[in-house]
Amino acid sequence: MNPTDPTFGTSIDFYVILASILFTIGAFGVLIRRNMIVLLMCIELMLNAVNLLLVAFSTYYGKGDAQIFVFFIIVVAAAEATIGLSILIMAYRNQKSTDAGLFTNLNG
Amino acid sequence: MSVELLSLIIGGLTIGAALMVVISKHPIRSVLFLVVTFFLISSLYILMNAQFLAIVNIIVYAGAIMVLFLFVLMLLNLNKESEPKTPKLALFSSVLASGILLLVLIAAFKDSLRLQHVRLPQQKQIGLVENLGKLLFDEYIVAFEVSSILFIASMVGAILLAKREKPIID
Repeated sequence: MNPTDPTFGTSIDFYVILASILFTIGAFGVLIRRNMIVLLMCIELMLNAVNLLLVAFSTYYGKGDAQIFVFFIIVVAAAEATIGLSILIMAYRNQKSTDAGLFTNLNG
Repeated sequence: MSVELLSLIIGGLTIGAALMVVISKHPIRSVLFLVVTFFLISSLYILMNAQFLAIVNIIVYAGAIMVLFLFVLMLLNLNKESEPKTPKLALFSSVLASGILLLVLIAAFKDSLRLQHVRLPQQKQIGLVENLGKLLFDEYIVAFEVSSILFIASMVGAILLAKREKPIID
């Protein structure tokens, strides 16, 4: 395996298509599922699809900046999951269910 | 085995695991398949020479966030019976809508697909802790400090939201 061979490694379009499919699966899950916890998990899946694309283009251009962006996306996702799950626990105490359609008292 | 073949196999497994997250009726099974998805995405990061992010992805996502999800699932005692049902019409329309979304995404990226190959070994050093740390504490130091404020705010918010309100005694 010769590292200077330009055909070595994976082409970028593979990662573009893979990230598109993963993002679509996440959006499909948000549309199809009613359970709030699974909805939060599908949002994490969509964030990961974007992370994958950012890392692929970071490798493509040989700059580390996009990987720093991915680092910050992971930070924000951790904070978002914490707040989302605590809102979910609070809503579960009132509703006794995690069905997203029942959370009608959340709209203003 | 070439890198291309390896990443094709891992990519196919990732799509399968992500589909199982959405399809499986049991919420705990969804969480476990999501952990599998994160491990597979981390191995794709390693194939792209982003070693630091691969480890951070495993520690933060699979280790911290997913364990938090599992704790909440077990706390709320959810099972297959309590899983809300999706109507047939909603199922059909969401399949249609996400199919159209995939079509639009692929069509939008179609022109960018004539790019060259990602030559993995040429910039072997950018994904290491040393270089990313220099970049993080040099150019992005302000964003790093602001994210610590974000963490404190989310911590306080989570404690305030999850605390059970005391009954008022008059």
